Amino acid sequence: MVAPSQPQTSPQPPRKYTKIDFQTDQEVRWCPGCGDYAILNVAQQVFAQLGFPKEKMVMVSGIGCSSRFPYYVNTYGFHTIHGRAPAVATGVKLANPELQVWVATGDGDALSIGGNHFMHALRRNIDIKILLFNNRIYGLTKGQYSPTSVLGTINDKTAPFGTVDQPLNPISLSLASEATFVARSVDVYAKRLMDILKKAAEHKGSAFIEIYQNCNIYNDKAFDDFTDRPFRDDRNVMLEHGKPLIFAQGKKGIRLNGLKPEVVTLGENGITEKDLIVHDEHNPSLAYLLSRLNHPNFPEPIGVFRNDRMPSLDERLENQIADVKKAKGEGDLRKLLFAGDMWEVK
Amino acid sequence: MTPPSASNVAAPRKQETLDQVTIRFAGDSGDGMQVTGGHFTNTSAVLGNDLSTFPDFPAEIRAPAGSLPGVSGFQIQFSSKDIHTPGDRPDVLVAFNPAALKVNLSDMPDNSVIIVNSDSFGEVDLKKAGCKTNPLEDGTLDKFQAYKIPITELTMKALESIKFKEKDRPNKERNKNFFALGILYWIYSRPLDTTMKTIERNFAKKSNADRPIVLAAQTALKAGHAYAEATELFRSQYTVAPAKYEPGTYRNIAGNQAIALGLVAASKLSGLQLFYGSYPITPASSILEELSQRKAFGVKTFQAEDEIAAVTAAIGASFAGALAVTGTSGPGVALKSEAINLAVMTELPLVIVDIQRGGPSTGLPTKTEQADLLQAMYGRNSESPVAILAPSSPAECFTMAIEACRIAIKYMTPVFLLSDGYLANGAEPWKIPEPSSLPKIEVKFRTEKEGFAPYLRNEVTLSREWAIPGTPGLEHRIGGIEKSHIQGNVNYDAENHDFMCRIRAAKIQRIAQDIPELKVHGPQDATTLVIGWGSTYGAIRAAVEDCQARGLKVARAHVRHLNPFPANLGKVLSRYKKVLVPEMNLGQFLFLLRAKFLVDAKGVNKVQGKPFMISELIEVIEKEAR
Repeated sequence: MVAPSQPQTSPQPPRKYTKIDFQTDQEVRWCPGCGDYAILNVAQQVFAQLGFPKEKMVMVSGIGCSSRFPYYVNTYGFHTIHGRAPAVATGVKLANPELQVWVATGDGDALSIGGNHFMHALRRNIDIKILLFNNRIYGLTKGQYSPTSVLGTINDKTAPFGTVDQPLNPISLSLASEATFVARSVDVYAKRLMDILKKAAEHKGSAFIEIYQNCNIYNDKAFDDFTDRPFRDDRNVMLEHGKPLIFAQGKKGIRLNGLKPEVVTLGENGITEKDLIVHDEHNPSLAYLLSRLNHPNFPEPIGVFRNDRMPSLDERLENQIADVKKAKGEGDLRKLLFAGDMWEVK
Repeated sequence: MTPPSASNVAAPRKQETLDQVTIRFAGDSGDGMQVTGGHFTNTSAVLGNDLSTFPDFPAEIRAPAGSLPGVSGFQIQFSSKDIHTPGDRPDVLVAFNPAALKVNLSDMPDNSVIIVNSDSFGEVDLKKAGCKTNPLEDGTLDKFQAYKIPITELTMKALESIKFKEKDRPNKERNKNFFALGILYWIYSRPLDTTMKTIERNFAKKSNADRPIVLAAQTALKAGHAYAEATELFRSQYTVAPAKYEPGTYRNIAGNQAIALGLVAASKLSGLQLFYGSYPITPASSILEELSQRKAFGVKTFQAEDEIAAVTAAIGASFAGALAVTGTSGPGVALKSEAINLAVMTELPLVIVDIQRGGPSTGLPTKTEQADLLQAMYGRNSESPVAILAPSSPAECFTMAIEACRIAIKYMTPVFLLSDGYLANGAEPWKIPEPSSLPKIEVKFRTEKEGFAPYLRNEVTLSREWAIPGTPGLEHRIGGIEKSHIQGNVNYDAENHDFMCRIRAAKIQRIAQDIPELKVHGPQDATTLVIGWGSTYGAIRAAVEDCQARGLKVARAHVRHLNPFPANLGKVLSRYKKVLVPEMNLGQFLFLLRAKFLVDAKGVNKVQGKPFMISELIEVIEKEAR
C-alpha cells in the first residue's frame, strides 16, 4: 500500500521508447484499409519520439470506430461513452495535472452527441489533445450520415435522397470555441500528421486536431479529390507560420482582396509573394478566415491554424488552490467543523 | 378575540414556561423570511433548545410581489425536549402581507397566535392576494389571537435617525423583518446578542459605506424588542428551557451543509483529493457553493456545462485517483444515468448525491419528495447494481456522506446518497464530532506490477483494485464494453457476460456484511412495525413514540442502507403482523420490501411536496395497530 498522494513532479530526461512500446497485445479491429491504421501508426511513433513517461499518458475516447484507439495504445486508457470523452478527460487532467491526456474521437462523437462537451473543453483551455478522426460518416453504426457529411450526400442508410442538413466546419467551430491550438491533417499525410501531433503535445492547453480519415466501407474516397497524389500540390495549401500562402509548387497563392481571400497566380498581373497572406498562428481572426477556405473553391488548408499560449484550466485551478492555501493555510478539518454559532452542553 | 391594539390591554404580564413552540414566518419571497427564520433558529440553538426547521419557498426568485405564489415561509419548532420535526401546525404565524396570511391560515389551529403587519393590508395589497374583503376586518381572524401591528411604520420611525445615501425608504423598510424578530425574541425570552453579532459579522467584510445597513438591522431588532416590552400588547412572556443534550459542542446544521462538510471530512480521512463535479440545480446547488469555498482543503469543484459532463468529469477524476463526487437532483440523475453505468462497468468509486425534489420532469423544484428511490435502484439500462444510502436527518447527512465515500472506495462502485429538499434546507442541532473520532477510510492504490490484472478481485469484497495513471508498469485500458473476468479485456462471450453480471451484483450484496444491522425501537410484544427511510424519520419517530406512550403495540425501524438492505431486515419484517411503510412517494420502498421479502406491507403515502405531519401518521397507526 502506498500513501494516496499524486505522483511528484521531478524533471526527468526523456525516456527512450520505440513504437513497439506503445503497441498493445489487443488485435486491432478496424476494417482492412481503414484510415485509422495510418493514424494509429503515426501516433505510436510520435508517442515514442516524445519520450514522455508512458505511465503518465492517458488515452480517452468516446464511442465510434475512432474510439477503439485507446485499446491499441499501451498507456493508460479509458474507452468511455458516446460524446463524453472531453468531459472525462477534463476530470482526469484536473485530478492529476501531471498526466498527458489525449482524446480520440470522431465527427459523430465529438460534434453531434458530444458537441456541448467539445465546445466547453476547448473554451476552458483544459490541457488535453483532441484528435478528431473526421470521415464524414457514421462508421460503427454502419453508414448513416454525420454532422460533417457534405450537403446532398446520398447514402442508402438515412439519406437515400441526399442529406438536407448543412454540415459544420470543425475548424471554424473549434476556433469559435476559443481553442488555443487548432490544426488539420490527413490520415495519409504521415509526415505532416507527425509534425502536428508533436506540436500539439508540446502545446500547453487544449489542442484540437482534425484528421481527415477515409472510411473505405461507408464513405470511400471522401477526400481523394484533394488528397490523391496527383492533385495534392494543387488542391492543398500547407500552412506555415510566418510564410505566405503558396501552393501548386509555388505557382499560386492566396491574397486578400479587401476582406475576401482569392486565389492568384504568381507572376500574373505583377503579383508577387509580397501580395499574399502571410500565415500567423497567433492571429485567431486570420485562423478563422483560413478555416473558411475549402476545396473546391480554394485549396484545402493543412497545418496549424492557431497556436497561442494561454493559461490552461488545470493551471488556473492549481494556482488558485495554491494561492488560497498560501493566504489561509492548509485546510484544518477541526476548524471547519467547529465554526459558526456554537454552544457548549456540559 | 384578543385585544388587537396596545390601548385596551390592562392585564399584568405573566411569565409562563412552555415545552415547545412552533412558529412560522411568512411573507413575500423578497421579504427576507429565510433570513429571519435563520436568525431565530441560531438564537434558539445557542440558547440550547432542541429544534427543527422547515424552509418552504417558491421556485420563483421573485414572483410578483404580494401574490399568492410569491409567498415564502420558514417554520421552526423549538423545544426543551427531544424533538424530531419542525412541528405539524404552528402556534404562531407571523404574516407580512395578505397573501402570506391567506396561504397559511388553513394550517393554523383555533386560538393560535397570528401577528400581522397591518401596514401591508392596503387596497392594492389585498387585490394582489385576491382578497375581496380585508381579513383584518371581516372576522376572518376572530377565532385566533390576532395582533395587528403597523410593523412598517414602526420600523421607519425607529430608523428615523439613520440615513441611507440612496433609496432611503426602501432600505429602511426592508428591516421590518428584524423588527418582527425583535418582537418574537421578547415574547419567547430570547437574547438579542447572537443575531446582533451575526448581523455585524455578515457585513464585516463590506466597506464602511455599508454601516447604515448594519445599524439599521440592529436598530430595528432592538426596536421590535422594546416595542413588545413597552406596549404591553402581549400579556404573557414565555420561556422554553434548554433541552437535555449529551455533553459536547453543538452547532446548528442544514442537510446540504452537512453533506459538504462530510465530503471534505471523507477527503481528509481517506487522504484523497475531493473532486466535485456538478451543474447548478435546485435543491442541490448549495453543496457546490459550499465546496467551492474549500480550496484550502485542495477541493476541486468543477461547475460543468451540463449534468452529463459533471458526472463524466467525476468519473475521469476517479480513474485518476481522486475521491469523485457528483451532486444533483432527480432530473439530473436521469441525465447522468448512462454515465453512472460506465462507473458500474469500469468499477470505479463514485458518489452520486441526489437531493430529491418533487417530480416528474421539472415538477416542484423547491419542494421535497422521496420518489427517486427506484430511479437510483433501477433507472439505468441492463443489470446495473449500485449501493444506495439515505440519511434520516440534516445532521446525519454528515456521517452518511462519509459512509457513502467509504463504501464507494472499498467496493469500487457508484454509491447513491439520497437526501431530499426537506433535509437539504431543514436544520437541527448537531453535536460536532472531533475529527480524531471519525473512522479512517483506507485507500489502497495498486503499485505492484507482479500479478496485476485490472479485474482481479478481492475475495472478501469482490472489488477490483484501483490502479491509477502515473503508476509505472500498470498501464491498462478500461471502458464501457463488457470486460473479461480478471484480465479486463474487451469480451463478448456469453458465459463471461453472465458471470460478470452476477459478480457485479454479488459485489454490491457483499456490502451487507459491512453495515450495521437494522435496529428496532419498541416493545417486545409489538405487533405492528412502522418502517421508513430518509427524511420521514422525525415524523415516524414522534408518531410511534406518541402511540407507544399510549400503550399501542407498535415498533419502528429506519433503514439507512437501501441497497443492499441490512442483513437482518427480512427477519425483522417477519416478526410483525402488520408492517406500515410511510414514504413521500406512491410506494417505492414498499415495492422493494414486498418484492424482496414477500411481506404484505402496507404503504402510507403522501406526495404533496411537504413532509408528513406527526398527527397524520398517528391517525394511521392508531387505525392499523388497534
